[in-house]
Amino acid sequence: MEETKGYLMLSTGDILEGVWLGKTTESDGEMVFNTAMTGYQEVMTDPSYAGQIVTMTYPLIGNYGFNAQDKESHTPFIHGLVISTPCETPAHYQATQTLQDIADAYNFPILAQVDTRRLTKIIRQHGDVYGKMTKTPGAVPDKAKVSEKIVEKVSVKQEQFHQAEGPPAAHVAIIDYGYKHSIRDMLLENNCDVTIFPFDTTLEELQKAKVDGVLLSNGPGDPKSLAYLAEEIKRIADFYPTLGICLGHQLLALAFGGNTMRLPYGHRGSNHPVQHLPSGKVSITSQNHGYVVDEASISQSLWNILYSNVNDGSVEGLQHCSKPIMSVQFHPEAHPGPSDTYDVFEQFLNSVRNRGVTAYA
Amino acid sequence: MPKQPHIKKVLVIGSGPIVIGQAAEFDYAGTQACLALKEEGVEVILVNNNPATIMTDQAFADQVYLEPLTCESLTNIIEKERPDGLLPTLGGQTGLNLAVSLDQAGVLEKYDVTLLGTPLDAIQRGEDRELFKQMMQDINEPVPESLPITSIQEAKAFAEKTGFPIIIRPAYTLGGAGGGIANDLPELLRYVKSGIQASPINQVLIEQSVKGWKEIEYEVMRDANDTCIIVCNMENIDPVGIHTGDSIVVAPSQTLTDRQYQMLRTVSCKVIRELGVVGGCNIQFALNPHSDEYVIIEVNPRVSRSSALASKATGYPIARIAAKLALGYHLHEVPNPITGDTFASFEPAIDYVAVKIPRWPFDKFTQADRLLGTQMKATGEVMALSRNLPAGLHKAIRSLEIGLEEFRLPSAEALSDIELEQGLKAADDRRLFLLAEALRRGITIETIHEWTEITTFFLHEMKRIIDVEQELKDGGWQPDEMLVRKAKTLGFSNVALASVLDQPLAAVEGLIKELGTKPSYKMVDTCAAEFSAQTPYFYSSWQEEDEVDPLPAAGKKVVVLGSGPIRIGQGVEFDFCSVQSALSLREQGIRSIVINNNPETVSTDFNTADHLYFEPLTKEDVLHIIEKEQADEVLVQFGGQTAINLAADLAEAGVTIAGTSTASIDRVENREAFYDLLHSLNIPHIPGATVMDTASLKDEARRIGYPILIRPSYVIGGQGMVILHSEDELESYLEGLQHQIQTSHLFPLLLDKYVPGMEVEVDVVCDGADILIPGIYEHIEPAGIHSGDSTAIFPAPSLSQSETDRIVSYASRISDALQMKGIMNIQFVFSKDRGILYVLEVNPRASRTVPISSKVTGIPLVDLATRIQMGAALQQLGYPLGLQKEIPFFAVKLPVFSTTKLAGVDPLLGPDMQSTGEAIGLGKTVPEALNKAFGWKEKTLRTLTDDAQILLDAEASDLIQLEALLGQLQAKAVLTEETAALLPDADGYQVISYEEAIDMVEDQKMTAVCSTRKGRQGIRESAWKTETPCMTSLPTMQSYLMASKEMLADSLSISEYLDQAEKEHVR
Repeated sequence: MEETKGYLMLSTGDILEGVWLGKTTESDGEMVFNTAMTGYQEVMTDPSYAGQIVTMTYPLIGNYGFNAQDKESHTPFIHGLVISTPCETPAHYQATQTLQDIADAYNFPILAQVDTRRLTKIIRQHGDVYGKMTKTPGAVPDKAKVSEKIVEKVSVKQEQFHQAEGPPAAHVAIIDYGYKHSIRDMLLENNCDVTIFPFDTTLEELQKAKVDGVLLSNGPGDPKSLAYLAEEIKRIADFYPTLGICLGHQLLALAFGGNTMRLPYGHRGSNHPVQHLPSGKVSITSQNHGYVVDEASISQSLWNILYSNVNDGSVEGLQHCSKPIMSVQFHPEAHPGPSDTYDVFEQFLNSVRNRGVTAYA
Repeated sequence: MPKQPHIKKVLVIGSGPIVIGQAAEFDYAGTQACLALKEEGVEVILVNNNPATIMTDQAFADQVYLEPLTCESLTNIIEKERPDGLLPTLGGQTGLNLAVSLDQAGVLEKYDVTLLGTPLDAIQRGEDRELFKQMMQDINEPVPESLPITSIQEAKAFAEKTGFPIIIRPAYTLGGAGGGIANDLPELLRYVKSGIQASPINQVLIEQSVKGWKEIEYEVMRDANDTCIIVCNMENIDPVGIHTGDSIVVAPSQTLTDRQYQMLRTVSCKVIRELGVVGGCNIQFALNPHSDEYVIIEVNPRVSRSSALASKATGYPIARIAAKLALGYHLHEVPNPITGDTFASFEPAIDYVAVKIPRWPFDKFTQADRLLGTQMKATGEVMALSRNLPAGLHKAIRSLEIGLEEFRLPSAEALSDIELEQGLKAADDRRLFLLAEALRRGITIETIHEWTEITTFFLHEMKRIIDVEQELKDGGWQPDEMLVRKAKTLGFSNVALASVLDQPLAAVEGLIKELGTKPSYKMVDTCAAEFSAQTPYFYSSWQEEDEVDPLPAAGKKVVVLGSGPIRIGQGVEFDFCSVQSALSLREQGIRSIVINNNPETVSTDFNTADHLYFEPLTKEDVLHIIEKEQADEVLVQFGGQTAINLAADLAEAGVTIAGTSTASIDRVENREAFYDLLHSLNIPHIPGATVMDTASLKDEARRIGYPILIRPSYVIGGQGMVILHSEDELESYLEGLQHQIQTSHLFPLLLDKYVPGMEVEVDVVCDGADILIPGIYEHIEPAGIHSGDSTAIFPAPSLSQSETDRIVSYASRISDALQMKGIMNIQFVFSKDRGILYVLEVNPRASRTVPISSKVTGIPLVDLATRIQMGAALQQLGYPLGLQKEIPFFAVKLPVFSTTKLAGVDPLLGPDMQSTGEAIGLGKTVPEALNKAFGWKEKTLRTLTDDAQILLDAEASDLIQLEALLGQLQAKAVLTEETAALLPDADGYQVISYEEAIDMVEDQKMTAVCSTRKGRQGIRESAWKTETPCMTSLPTMQSYLMASKEMLADSLSISEYLDQAEKEHVR
């Protein structure tokens, strides 16, 4: 097959050349890198990457193909994928599609045969990098802001109910800022009925649906672009046992008067160590975030820092001093990545079930 | 938690001599651990009787004991040194076993020694198959069923329960001989029957087989805080069925989904937590390729070969961190030495592929069974780092030094399709190349997968090489520029391109230069560039950004060439030399660049040199690095034959070779020139000739006189040497050869008179004007047995002053004539009457004995040689010139063999080297030193009790020594019929047939065996099977008997020996 050349034009002025896969002719977005060595399918389908061009630092991508099980959303929201060596002939018993199939089927391009280590270093050194993928090189793009409406774009438009297989232990609401399917699946596996709610759902709507607990999901973009939801989120958390994951964690912090800031180049990978401060235990976590909660902005009378990052000391989790509200910056649902922090769910579900008991007693 | 404050002195047990399955990786682990402990202010007491290791250099421990690795010897050392702690998990199986023995003997309790790191019961639960099985059942983790059996009925019952395939492993057979994998009942019964027969205790272990499943390994670390991390996972290209040490392995795994990766990761953490490991641990899984079903094959609750590989593949120093954890640190408290500002409690992310290929000894052991299975046969391994898999395969193949620089084995082209299919189904060391051949023949990937069960992903990656090769061929000369660039990206060497394009190498080199393409270098940083790192650890890629800054131009930059994979004849001793040389450069303020590809070694630790390049040691790869770094000079004398062999090519390309000129190197390596040189220096050499046909061979043999030593020149490295005693023997030898190769390839043959006298050798530091000789080695075995297989005593106990003078004078003459600068090794042989001293060979480089000479004299030979090569004069270096004063104690170097691992190999020693490692024994007298050498581990040295019986099976040429031995023997001698027939009077001796001899040895009736007769492999094999000490020359036997009469002398550290020498010299 004849190879088509493609280019990645960066706001830093760098131009990287590669081989173009897919039908889309052009795309742009914020540049991010992910260091996970497995799990490219999960990364590509994680809505938190909406609007971003992702590069995988591991050079061989597509080796085990794509399967029906490991999708994190119904469709990829990424704006592009930049990789080193694509595998056209995957080998795995579950594989149903190849990288080329994916590029053909969805509306984003893949640029292969790129020096992804060089690209990663550019992103690390400059932090805020914007990229444009094109078949015809032109002017390098300006830095552009990620759309303020990005969450609105990836969130469900109406409630979606998912029933647990057995008799339900509780009914959990996921507020969808761009949720990953494995968060939902984790709850279903724990015998919870799950309803996915749009990102701007109100407390009253949740109450109407008779949920027992609320999970504020992960999602793309700057949490401050959703600052207008802060008040409502506080009302929800004050009322329900609440778990925030990633963007959900940042939104909780904002809701309770905290502040968030941009990390120089984000945490994206499956190998990030966090320490659970009460016990001193260290776990390896899956992470995907470009913003972080500012520790100094957290009211110590309201919140305990629950987890902190071993490498840069940043806030990785919060626990409310008196209410069943907890949030984590990392992804306890894994996919991709280790499931060392699965107990975050257990803790959340305990408080949900306890509430259920008190409510119905 | 901070470290345990009461631990101030720690005993570290090394892994001893190198054998198959326990190689240089433990020198690397031990060296790292010693340094990590010293960094914490802990006093380190090291015991290891492998004198070739880096860890036993005095710089790495406070006290180094080159003492036997037995419970008795360690007890003495513990009693004397009173360590607070013992770190057993870094010395391989040897270290673990000793820790267990010491614990069971109550020694640890008696002397209040705390066992550091993984607790003993965890070790035992990991190592003991039954305990492990039970524990896994308790935590609900699947392991393969297995059962030790002694009858066919038991096998049938087992098969009914588990189904097929089933692995059969006979107990105590050489290299697992008699075992195999059965796919149905008739096969099972056949194997069990033969296995029971082959086993001296008539027992076989049968095990449910998951042959064909993916073999996946995880390297796990755990601390006392219960933090578990995965350093690296690995996927074997060869599926389950071939020992992981004999498998081609890639890191990280390539064909596991994240779900599967995490599933096995979670299990790994669960198992290591259940075991309670503190430190490093290796877990091997088999994963069903058609589902997520898995079983745990094995757990090693200690650092291992795989952890050395994982350390080098990721940059994460497992042994170093494990030592810190053993002192009580937690992973999140230990800084990651690569980034400096992150911590050890993270999982490395890598942005390249690591490919490991084992190095097998079948070039030396031509009779050995080459089939690969559950018994590991490789002596060493190479690793390649690359940005794509084909490039990794290419680089690893080049690193192997098996005469191939491309993904092609010429001899595979001659195989018929049937032979090819068979070779793919039953793998031996050549299978990788048979895969290439099959792909070239157009056999489909599906078919190859069916035959080999290798995951198609890997086969497709291999096919990418073959496809580009075909495109290149189709394009003809001059090929498309983009295609050539693509080929370089996939790792094609210039030699490979020349072969594919059928062009001279120079033409391809010209083409590449014209295109202006060259490799770029990337850094190994444990974090896929997520954090900034300053690690001086690099590998090459093509068509990418070069991120490596060469070392600063100010001051000298010097390359040290390493020695590649561990193999017979080139062991860890050359890593010692390379590392010492790099350290010497550092001390001199000269910037050092090390190039090597052996993941087991200290030289490939990124702390050893200013810049480390993990690359193949070929002309092309090395030249690229020299050009990149603008290096001033190259040191070729410390990386064994690998490095010295590169000298001529590098010099021709305009590189400055430090020290001895390439012309001088050539004069000692080219035999004609060498004999001319000796002649002109008035130094006797053995009469010899080079012959081109059979007629002149016979003529020359007659002229020189039998016995003769023949060296075929068609084999690389001079293997295949034989000693022939008559023209009859010569004729049958030639006939045998003609079956193997075409007559036209037979010649030239090198022919020498065989002089069976006493052999001596010296290491010589020289600067062209002066020489320094640390001492003289005297071999116990006569010439004709490879010097690497000889037991040698230092200093030589039986030389007269005039003999010594002659040795020194010859060495001096050779050094002067060749203007030798650096180091060399000279081997001599005395004629039978000791009237003539012949020079056998001169090696213009550091030799196998250099580490020993250095350690027992305290003279840093490699440092001196490096300084000379950097321009210093020997006179200025602070040591007396000439032969050094004799040390007032003796060192015995004893060869150690891996015979038990290799089926089909006759352990009878000859001119081809067989040993894989060596042990040292030190003593105030020769018998004391012999005692410690022969008693290097448990049960190798037996005391002669009243009912002791010695089996003697001798050749006619042994007669004089046989009579001498019988005269002194204090045990009952049992003679084979042929041996008795040699004696004028064999009355009073028990005389038995060959078959009876085999039976008696198998029944363990013999205390020791001396079997020197050709064609009597059976006796020797039986001895090895039953661990009966087996000598293959009478002088060795005599030394053994001398050793066995001696008691284990006091344990002295090497510095105590040297202090003694100091006092002696002052007096």
